[in-house]
Amino acid sequence: MQHGVISGDGSLRMRDRGFAPSRALIYLVVTLFAAAYLAPLVVVVLNSLRTDEEIAQSSMIGWPQHLAWGNYALAWSGFCVAETCAGIRPYMLNSALITIPATIFSTLLGAVAGYAVSLWRFRGDVWVYGIVTLGLFLPQQMRLLPWTIVLRDIGLINTLTGLVLIHTIQGLSFTVLFCRNYYIAIPHELIRAARVDGAGFFRIFWRIILPLSSPILIVTVIWQFTHIWNEFLYGVTFTTGQQQPVTAALIALSAAVADIPHHGVQSAAVIIAALPTLLIYLFGGRYFVRGLTAGAVK
Amino acid sequence: MTDVVSTATRPGQSATSEMLRRLPEFLMIWVPLLLSAAHLVTFSIWTIWISFTPSTLVPVTGWVGLRNYTAVLASRNWQIAFDNLLLFGTAFVLFSLVTGLLLAILLDQRIRGENVLRTIFLYPLAVSFVVTGTVWSWLLNPGIGIEKLVHDLGWITFKFDWLVDRDMAIWTIVIAAIWQSSGFAMALFLAGLRSVDADIIKAAQIDGAGPVRTYWRVVLPTLWPITITVVVVQLQFAISAFDLVRALTNGGPGIATQLPALVVYDLMFQRSQLGRGAAAAVLMLLILLAVLLPYAAWRYLRRRQSAHA
Repeated sequence: MQHGVISGDGSLRMRDRGFAPSRALIYLVVTLFAAAYLAPLVVVVLNSLRTDEEIAQSSMIGWPQHLAWGNYALAWSGFCVAETCAGIRPYMLNSALITIPATIFSTLLGAVAGYAVSLWRFRGDVWVYGIVTLGLFLPQQMRLLPWTIVLRDIGLINTLTGLVLIHTIQGLSFTVLFCRNYYIAIPHELIRAARVDGAGFFRIFWRIILPLSSPILIVTVIWQFTHIWNEFLYGVTFTTGQQQPVTAALIALSAAVADIPHHGVQSAAVIIAALPTLLIYLFGGRYFVRGLTAGAVK
Repeated sequence: MTDVVSTATRPGQSATSEMLRRLPEFLMIWVPLLLSAAHLVTFSIWTIWISFTPSTLVPVTGWVGLRNYTAVLASRNWQIAFDNLLLFGTAFVLFSLVTGLLLAILLDQRIRGENVLRTIFLYPLAVSFVVTGTVWSWLLNPGIGIEKLVHDLGWITFKFDWLVDRDMAIWTIVIAAIWQSSGFAMALFLAGLRSVDADIIKAAQIDGAGPVRTYWRVVLPTLWPITITVVVVQLQFAISAFDLVRALTNGGPGIATQLPALVVYDLMFQRSQLGRGAAAAVLMLLILLAVLLPYAAWRYLRRRQSAHA
């Protein structure tokens, strides 16, 4: 990362110029914003520890009178979503079984393809790469009907495997882009020298490219995991009942309890569903942001 | 790995065995890329084709010309969705630009705890829209959310019922969307601010420009390419917004917060009007292209200019 130029020596800090709204005002404003950004999270965490009666008596916003940890147990394995009373555990498992394989496949295939497109070069690579990256922009709605028909024809409708397939193929648009843009900076001489020494495609990938790849692979894995875990439209369209990922199950849960709300348990369920990507963000935030900007400024 | 023993093509090695030897790498390169490229091209054509057929419950062959399009465009559902998109897209993009730029400038004042603050402003992006939509639907629900809290605190006449107000409900989606993605604008602007040439700033200061003036005249103008990128990315999100609306209002009350992506889903999977659903999807794509094509042209021109310079 470059050093802050503005905050560097030619500083633009308002205080340096004797500018009136002192640093206190800056801190006040950013603190207020931070509070606004954190508020929804805090509210849900607090609610997940309050009983339904307590919430019903006041509002969704309040301090727990005594900690109702039972909400979490109930949300995890006891609560009823659409006639099945096993909590959100089966749906969390579904999400994991979709997200983990699809993340691994799309990242590995994307790394190999990105390496081929950037360093190996082959006939037609510019074209096929150009088309693949169009996938960043094509709306999911344009692919819904074809996927429905294809999944039905190959017998993968309403299966986790079907969603793994979709996310692997669609994820390639991102993973190939990320890896290609990273590998393009590797000097071609390195590859040429290895080829002269007789190393082939896979050997160069394994011995030279992969050892250099950990930063971009972390970015790609975090990006793919977050996106596939959070995905909703395909999950709700191609799976039903017990096969649904957790995002679709949360919507089903809200619909199921519309008449008799169980906000405490629902809050706990929401926290559990959000936890995997939140934890990844907390521990790999730097890489998450790099993926975010890489996807935007392609 | 398969070709550990491979050396540069040995003399006398036949062309077939050479091809066989290279088959694994050939497959590894081409199969994923071709699958990805082929699905993008064929699925687009397929959906466009369905939009010209009289398909209802199942896809059928046949040709109805633009009838599906005229039906969608004439439907109240689509008209409301399109008006909502204009309002939502404009308001959301404007407010998140302003919020993002303000946060970026504040964070750039060499303040303490910048990392923590950045983490806070960006965490909503790591969370699913279903989760945030659900949470906002609680907060904005007048019966259990903010309005109820203020009532309990004693201000009984306080009203904040946009979620159930037909005219204002779309603004709840604007609020939730700004909250969720203005951190993105902040991240890009901050990166832009950090790469402003120090010499330009020094020059401005030597010329006697104060900090506000320096920002306004010197620093912000360098940010406009980033601004355009942010606008395009946010518009792309707005045009295909689905999860957030599904979780927050589900298009309601009534169809007051309908958006194009919800119309597509509704036609395809709830009303079994596949032809019209496909037509609505193509219309979505056209709206997106109206944003993306000028952007692509602009980027192309810029790249050519910088190549000449």
